[in-house]
Amino acid sequence: MFDIQTQLFESQDVRLGPIDYDKDPEIESRWTHDSEFMRLMETGPARPMSAAIVKKQYEKLEKQIEEDKNLYHFMIRARTDDRLIGKAVIQWIEWTNGNGMLRLGIGAADDRRKGYGTQALQMLLRFAFAELNLYRVTAIVAEYNEGAIALLHKFGFVQEVCRRKSLERDGRRWDLYIFGLLNEEWQQARRQP
Amino acid sequence: MRDLFRGELVRFTLEEPETRARSEIRWQRDSEFVRLADSDPVMMNSEKKIREWIEKQAENGFKPERYFFNVRTLAEDRLIGFLSLWINLIHREAWVGLGIGEHDFWSKGYGSDMMRLCQQYVFTELGMERLSLGLHEYNPRALRSYEKCGFRLEGRTRRDLMREGRRYDSLWMGILRQEWLQMQSGEAK
Repeated sequence: MFDIQTQLFESQDVRLGPIDYDKDPEIESRWTHDSEFMRLMETGPARPMSAAIVKKQYEKLEKQIEEDKNLYHFMIRARTDDRLIGKAVIQWIEWTNGNGMLRLGIGAADDRRKGYGTQALQMLLRFAFAELNLYRVTAIVAEYNEGAIALLHKFGFVQEVCRRKSLERDGRRWDLYIFGLLNEEWQQARRQP
Repeated sequence: MRDLFRGELVRFTLEEPETRARSEIRWQRDSEFVRLADSDPVMMNSEKKIREWIEKQAENGFKPERYFFNVRTLAEDRLIGFLSLWINLIHREAWVGLGIGEHDFWSKGYGSDMMRLCQQYVFTELGMERLSLGLHEYNPRALRSYEKCGFRLEGRTRRDLMREGRRYDSLWMGILRQEWLQMQSGEAK
């Protein structure tokens, strides 16, 4: 029997949950006004978005999830009060090849460096490898995103590709790194305490 | 000025939907070709469906993010393949995908000629800073051709493809505007 008691979506301080259409748009709109966050999270141009626009995007996203069936989207919430603190996503899943891409972000600056990202990533990887049964998970990160790079290394991701000068920001060009983690590597790391 | 659409062996065209569909329906039946070109499962569409899809593309007009060329040989004027570009205007990066559907024209330098035309177009007409592509580990013919055209192998995503019960890597390559310009001045000497 596998470990069915350990909850997939609950960790010490955070949980993964669905979108809350009443409360989340306001908070996510605030994140989009933080250009630092946007440039860590997206390669597209940063732009502030109103709560109403964010809400529309949620609707579009949920429609896409229903139609394409290759995307899983979670909100990261604090366990104490269900407050929204980030997002965790597995997207671009190729079912026949057993691969997918992960995206994760902690929205507010105050919530960073508290271990929330680590706990969320731990749950997201278990979901990807033990629930979706993916063989590998990919992450793409800009060279200036030191926090993300450190987090991926911590979980045993291997830096596989350096896409030289693929991004232009602040008047210079930056490399994009592609990281990968295989199911067997994740299993092995999990067995070692 | 240089001819953007004419190389040493091939030229770029845009064919009518009927002509394109007639070729593409033949090419997509060739599982070797499709499995080299794509990582999705091989599937079949009717000629009607392919034509409608091409017509819809034409109706939507030309988007600045998307370029498509058909490829004809100069000697026989034969339609042998295609070359497709996706452009990121913000970061000035282009992605290329190309295919030669006619087996008789493999391994004879047509692909490299297509790629040289593509590089010239991307760097001198579109003003891109970088040209990127991906390929499968089990396509060494393509790898040799791209290396010959000055692309650098920037890494491989391990075992992300599954074919006939075995796993294979994907290879990622890129060439920067500066590198291409240097190559050109080297050839001119």
